[in-house]
Amino acid sequence: MSVESIATFESSLDEVGVECVRTTADGFESALAPLLDDPAVGAPLPFDGVSLPDAVNTDPTVAELEAAATGVTAAGYGIADYGSVVIQGGAAGEEPVSLYADEHVAVVAADDVLPDMDAAFDRLAADVRDGAGQSIIATGPSATADMGALVKGAHGPMDVTVVLVEDR
Amino acid sequence: MSAENRRRKAEHIRHILDTEGDSVQQNTRVFNEGRYESTGDLDDYERLKDEARAIKEDAIERLPELIDEVTEAVEANGGTVYLADDAADANRYITEVVDGRTAVKSKSMTSEEIEVNEALEADGADVWETDLAEFVLQIADEAPSHIVAPAIHKSREEIAALFDAVFEPEDPPETAEELTRFAREHLGEKIRDADVGMTGANFVTADTGTLALVTSEGNARKCVQATDTHVAVAGVEKVIPSVEDLQPFVELIGRSGTGQDITSYVSLLTPPTDSPTFGDEALGSGDERDFHLVLIDNGRMKMRDDDQLRETLYCIRCSACANSCANFQHVGGHAFGGETYSGGIATGWEAGVHGEESAAEFNDLCTGCSRCVNQCPVKIDIPWINTVVRDRINRGTDGDLDFLVEGLTPDADPGGIDLQKRLFGNFDTLAKLGSAFAPLSNWVAEAGPARSVLERTLGVDSRRELPRFERESLADWFADRGSRVDPDAARERVTLYPDAYTNYVRTERGKAAVRVLESLGVHVDVPAAGESGRAPLSQGMVATARSNAEAVYEALAPAVAAGRDVVVIEPSDLAMFHREYGRLLPTEEHEALKERSYEVMEYVYGLLENGADLGALPDGDGERIAYHSHCQQRTLDLEPYTTAVLDDAGFDVVTSDVECCGMAGSFGYKSEYYDLSVDVGETLADQFTTDETADRTVVASGTSCLEQLDALLTRRPAHPVRLLDARRDRR
Repeated sequence: MSVESIATFESSLDEVGVECVRTTADGFESALAPLLDDPAVGAPLPFDGVSLPDAVNTDPTVAELEAAATGVTAAGYGIADYGSVVIQGGAAGEEPVSLYADEHVAVVAADDVLPDMDAAFDRLAADVRDGAGQSIIATGPSATADMGALVKGAHGPMDVTVVLVEDR
Repeated sequence: MSAENRRRKAEHIRHILDTEGDSVQQNTRVFNEGRYESTGDLDDYERLKDEARAIKEDAIERLPELIDEVTEAVEANGGTVYLADDAADANRYITEVVDGRTAVKSKSMTSEEIEVNEALEADGADVWETDLAEFVLQIADEAPSHIVAPAIHKSREEIAALFDAVFEPEDPPETAEELTRFAREHLGEKIRDADVGMTGANFVTADTGTLALVTSEGNARKCVQATDTHVAVAGVEKVIPSVEDLQPFVELIGRSGTGQDITSYVSLLTPPTDSPTFGDEALGSGDERDFHLVLIDNGRMKMRDDDQLRETLYCIRCSACANSCANFQHVGGHAFGGETYSGGIATGWEAGVHGEESAAEFNDLCTGCSRCVNQCPVKIDIPWINTVVRDRINRGTDGDLDFLVEGLTPDADPGGIDLQKRLFGNFDTLAKLGSAFAPLSNWVAEAGPARSVLERTLGVDSRRELPRFERESLADWFADRGSRVDPDAARERVTLYPDAYTNYVRTERGKAAVRVLESLGVHVDVPAAGESGRAPLSQGMVATARSNAEAVYEALAPAVAAGRDVVVIEPSDLAMFHREYGRLLPTEEHEALKERSYEVMEYVYGLLENGADLGALPDGDGERIAYHSHCQQRTLDLEPYTTAVLDDAGFDVVTSDVECCGMAGSFGYKSEYYDLSVDVGETLADQFTTDETADRTVVASGTSCLEQLDALLTRRPAHPVRLLDARRDRR
């Protein structure tokens, strides 16, 4: 992580319409609280000392997923130049949680903010070889222009928020 | 083409212009402007393109080996690879895998190519397109009109009416948001209930068996996650060596296509993936997910062996060549497309996977303007592929009427070529005869009966004014007049290339060029040299183009050998020297001529930069000018020289920003394309008839542009070099 990358990441997120909330591991729960619209679903977070509150359902049914207002997952890393987050994981449900809720909250450790696509692909290639089954480079909300004008929120979330954990 | 076929083709194009033209134009122009903006933000755009190109070259070179490697990788991951020879083979396999279950699909042009939906439905399976545009087309029962945004021809109102008619909802959706919600909900149910998820793949990495899916809506992610069988369909050319190789493509593909820096989702999946799948109520384990990668040959390995078509396999289907094409912008893929693919590169795809007949349907709509060349992220010479396929189509047709033209058209191409193409391809001969018999030839040509015969037999549209040939050619005029600058005292000695238009039709711009160069202390020579080969090349007559190129080189070789620069007025001919001669002449001859040849205003700019006296040129005195550069001139990045020189000389210049004037050599003369040519030209004419431009003097660099502007404006346009000519009549 560099201060410069974090600043670039924030401004790139802004450009793609993503709010960035900065916090620390200690402050995580209170930073997350105002971002959670009920019902919320989530996938467990891998960061030390950072966990999801009980109000977040981490074992949703299909119907609960489809009805979710907020979905919280970790992102493996962020890409500063593009304002992208890379959603990884599998069995714990990161893919459906980040995809079905109206709003996706992606939790990123500041250490995992990479400057550009070059750096991201070095990491991605290593992860794939280590067995990462899926990595989604997600940039902003899902979108379509197929219905005659640009619409945010096509099949995926219509809003994305990034929670940046500065001390992780 | 028979007169009847021409009439039918013209009618089809008119119909598309009327019904789909507005939507297509609005959308493609947004993509086109977005691409210029987004690629302009990239510091290393050219380097990324070079990298992407090199990766594709290497991948196609080593394709058999990479297919083995990816097969091993996918099998080691627990998936299956099926290498299908053709569409029927692929459909048979996929039908077996789907086995009558319900499938949900994300957008895939390759699945359109093999028409897998029809095969699955015939086997009793339900197939749902979940990409919103593909969904619209599925319920409308229409074909894609664009390879990235397939329903680009439909307006919001038309989609609303379609949903209303098909679903009869109580509260009919109207706005884009409402239509999107409606479709999302409808398709959400289909996705939940489906058993099989089908996707394409933008790239497949051989080392790890990873698919890269470039999407925005999120439906591809859902199709894979919600189901327990994943079938990915991809052409064999999608295989690239390694995960790292994805990087330049990920940075280029969205920018090149819809003008987004990156699309919402780039999914790197190494299937079978283990995301929980949808059971009836609870999420089920994804550990048992079945994965089938169906790699499709369907003509591609033959394309790989074909020196001319091979480049097509580098295509990443971004649509930049469609969006940057003036003709495409006006009609879209329902006119500028074959069975599956559309836009400039479609000629290569259609010829390779469906056959030349499919390419022949629309190949003429590529006018060779070259605007797509710098836009292609893998640097495919798309106009060349169109030319080669046109040449092959020419050779493939029956030569029934050959005896009529064989004597009149001394080209090097064999019989069988369409008469209209031979007429335009042999412009040099026509111009020589026209000039020799001018003005009689002009009167005869313009007479009613002659025009009607020309239209009936050769498809030369009678609404177009024909070029008026000058009795005295530029070369003859110069031979009589001689140089007015002492060669020993001259700042430079140059050869002015008398292209066929300047030599026989627009001699005034040639004379102006001579006088302007001389006023700057340059000794000019105008040797007799033939047509550059542009005219036959544009008709797909490659052999004739090559013999013209050889003759031109012979005529200019002494000057080149003596270290003299060659100044060219007609941009399309300079583009021949710089680009296409690389394909027609030995490398060293091409490079020597390319090195030495300059567009006339570029040359004037260079003279002024190197100390020539600007004061020797007339003062522009703030005269208001509207300048339209030329498509090929802009591809060579030569427009700025003209504007810089005119600015420096005191003119007040504004420029057009259309990709092409629509005339494109012979294109606008052809009766089947006249309406499209005028429609494209109107966009340019509109830019020159605004409050800001309506009273400006109009100048344009290309002959075709001048003809088009002359037809569409009341002001008479001229070549910009004439503004610098002291003899210019300013009335």
